[in-house]
Amino acid sequence: MRQFALSLALIFTAGWSCAFEAEDVASFGPSDSKQVLRILSTADIDFFKPMILSFLASRPETAIDYTVASSTELQKAIVEEGQAFDVVVSSAMDLQTKLANDGLAQRYKSEATGSLPEWAVWNDMLFAFTQEPAAIVVSKTGFKDIPLPNSRNDLINLLRQHPEIFRSRVGTYDVRQSGLGYLFATQDTRASEIYWRLMEVMGGLDAQLYCCSSDMIDAVKSGDLLIAYNVLGSYAINREDREDFHIILPTDFTTVMLRTAMIPSNAPSAELSGEFIDHLLDMSHGLDAVPLTSAELDLSRVEPSLNRIKIGPGLLVFLDQLKRRSFLLEWESAILQN
Amino acid sequence: MSKPAAHGSIRRRLLLSLLAGAAVLAFVVYFVVQTVARQVAQESQDNVLAASAQSILDGARLSGGEVNVDLPYSALSMLDSISDERVFYAIHLEHEFLSGYADLPAPEGDPSGAPAFLSAEFLGEDVRIASVRRRVSTGAGRSYLKVSVAQTLSGQKLVLSRISRISITIGAGFFLISVFMAGIISGSAIRPLDRLTASVSRRGPKDLRPVAAPVPTEMVPLVASLNSFMRRLQQSLLRSEDFIAEAAHRVRTPLAIVRTKAEVIQRVSDDPETRKALKEMIHAIDDSSRTAGQLLDHAMVTFRLDHLVLEEINLLHLVHDTVERLRPTSELKDITMQAFGEQDSVIKGDPILVQNALHNLLDNAVKYSPAGSQIDVVLALNQNEAEVCVKDTGPGFPADELDSLPKRFVRGKNAEAVVGSGLGLTIAKEVITAHGGTLKISNNPGGGACVSLLFPLP
Repeated sequence: MRQFALSLALIFTAGWSCAFEAEDVASFGPSDSKQVLRILSTADIDFFKPMILSFLASRPETAIDYTVASSTELQKAIVEEGQAFDVVVSSAMDLQTKLANDGLAQRYKSEATGSLPEWAVWNDMLFAFTQEPAAIVVSKTGFKDIPLPNSRNDLINLLRQHPEIFRSRVGTYDVRQSGLGYLFATQDTRASEIYWRLMEVMGGLDAQLYCCSSDMIDAVKSGDLLIAYNVLGSYAINREDREDFHIILPTDFTTVMLRTAMIPSNAPSAELSGEFIDHLLDMSHGLDAVPLTSAELDLSRVEPSLNRIKIGPGLLVFLDQLKRRSFLLEWESAILQN
Repeated sequence: MSKPAAHGSIRRRLLLSLLAGAAVLAFVVYFVVQTVARQVAQESQDNVLAASAQSILDGARLSGGEVNVDLPYSALSMLDSISDERVFYAIHLEHEFLSGYADLPAPEGDPSGAPAFLSAEFLGEDVRIASVRRRVSTGAGRSYLKVSVAQTLSGQKLVLSRISRISITIGAGFFLISVFMAGIISGSAIRPLDRLTASVSRRGPKDLRPVAAPVPTEMVPLVASLNSFMRRLQQSLLRSEDFIAEAAHRVRTPLAIVRTKAEVIQRVSDDPETRKALKEMIHAIDDSSRTAGQLLDHAMVTFRLDHLVLEEINLLHLVHDTVERLRPTSELKDITMQAFGEQDSVIKGDPILVQNALHNLLDNAVKYSPAGSQIDVVLALNQNEAEVCVKDTGPGFPADELDSLPKRFVRGKNAEAVVGSGLGLTIAKEVITAHGGTLKISNNPGGGACVSLLFPLP
């Protein structure tokens, strides 16, 4: 009995100490509402707010609890702790795919999901509601008379021609830290070998490594960086100071990340989840859609070179520990040359 | 004649057995198509899974005595290319788990290295698992590397439901064609029987010839029995008619002698009792000899009908002739007989038979008409038939017996007081039927009977 109590206490404290870490929490709608939709998301509150408000506009009785967490904390909450959320929204496509593949998402079918393009839905579990390209962000002030690179080849040539200008002033994701950076990097290598050449050249120029897109954009704005590679284009375009830098979608290929939503298999009010998913998809796809990302980033302009990351078990490959280990080794040997 | 008791139907039984067979076959077809197609679908899925596992196995390299597995992107993405599938994999070095899903069940491996397969449930869904292995040398000695790849069955289920639909369609189509064929087959199998039935029922009442048309082997015994039955029937009929004619003939002469003797005695006898008895006796003898005569007539008619001779007959002559022959009899009863009609009414027939028929009708008319009445024989030509009509002023026919009267030995209910055999109308009817005509009996609106012989004109 004592042993049992001890183990119970251990479990409790373990659960307490390891509980996932939320970055931000917000509540919308009436606080005494009986119908509460709990959303766990990697997107900032401001980014997602319009979607929530438009959903609640027609449902005065419903409230929404919105929790922001990093993609790794999100995994922890769902996989290890089995936290009860009604909708999980994440930009980490590979991790979302793994959740769905491992049976932690439930299937959902409706008119809205049925009319989705094929790339936007996987197994009736994952639903894509944004398309966010990886862009090259270039400082306007630093690039006064230098021609803008339109492709990776241009970029490589530019860096090779002016090493003195760009030394220590190019930056990209630290793929060891950032899940999104890792996703972009691995998908780049799938699309073309040129990624490795670019990393060699950037490594030779003592490239700076960042955890997140916003830090890179800040660095470009402050003048620390002239060029940031594989920046999340939607973050750049949504900023108020977007006139301070060029956002370039490479013409050779533009990797596009899809933000996806799913209904966890243990969702307490799955019916409401379905309604929210429908609303999300109605607002994001189709002719009169109001996408969360700015419409100025017109992807149809570069449609032929779009490299949409395909949702599916292929994404599990780079999550494989052995695969990840060998990829990171190769990446480090390319970019860390000092 | 009573209708034979029907029990079952050959056609129905044939149809039902054919349909039952077709249903069984259709089900077998459905089952076979389903099974084969399922097997093929399963094999193709297994092949893809095995290829995926093999490509992972091929990507394994040894570096510094350590196994390094470089998971090819296509190994997992290929499994998702047709339909969205959940995919699982596991890589083991001997019993040491290297990567993937540690709990994934693995089929018992074949030591030879051939792919092994297993269906199981994993993470809440049915999956198909393929497993391949390869010998490797590590720092710790020889070992084997084993890769298992699993896939959910949504694509497989789609394929299977399509296969089900196709095999149901094939089975149903097969059955429908079989139904159509069964209808045709049962019809054609029963046709010889229908033909025999038709040919037998088409026959005239006197036609007892054997069936000569060829019949299927199975029906030969039946037809042989039928033929032999008809032969016996014909012989027996002939014998009885011969017998009747012979008997009538033999009886007539003695009867005539008896009548003459009775008349002689009646004339010489003074005893009124005796005379009265003799009168009744003569009456009875008349009756008998008349019956015998008609029986002879009938036998003669039957014989001649079997060998019908067709000659041209002038009906008016024949009518006058017959009337004149009967005139002595009618005058005994003070009956006026008149014959009139169209001149050139010519028919084809046996004059003796026709005259006999008319004679019987006139005889009847004289017999049943009261003394002092009138009998008209009218010959009329209609569009395509000649009508000889005998009209009397007798009691007429009882209305409810009009149909049964021309039958042999049937007499009208109101004729019991009169001498008669009941053969007269029968003979007339047989003759007119043999000539392709009809006998019409009715009552005159003003009383009395009207019997018509309707002959078809040539």
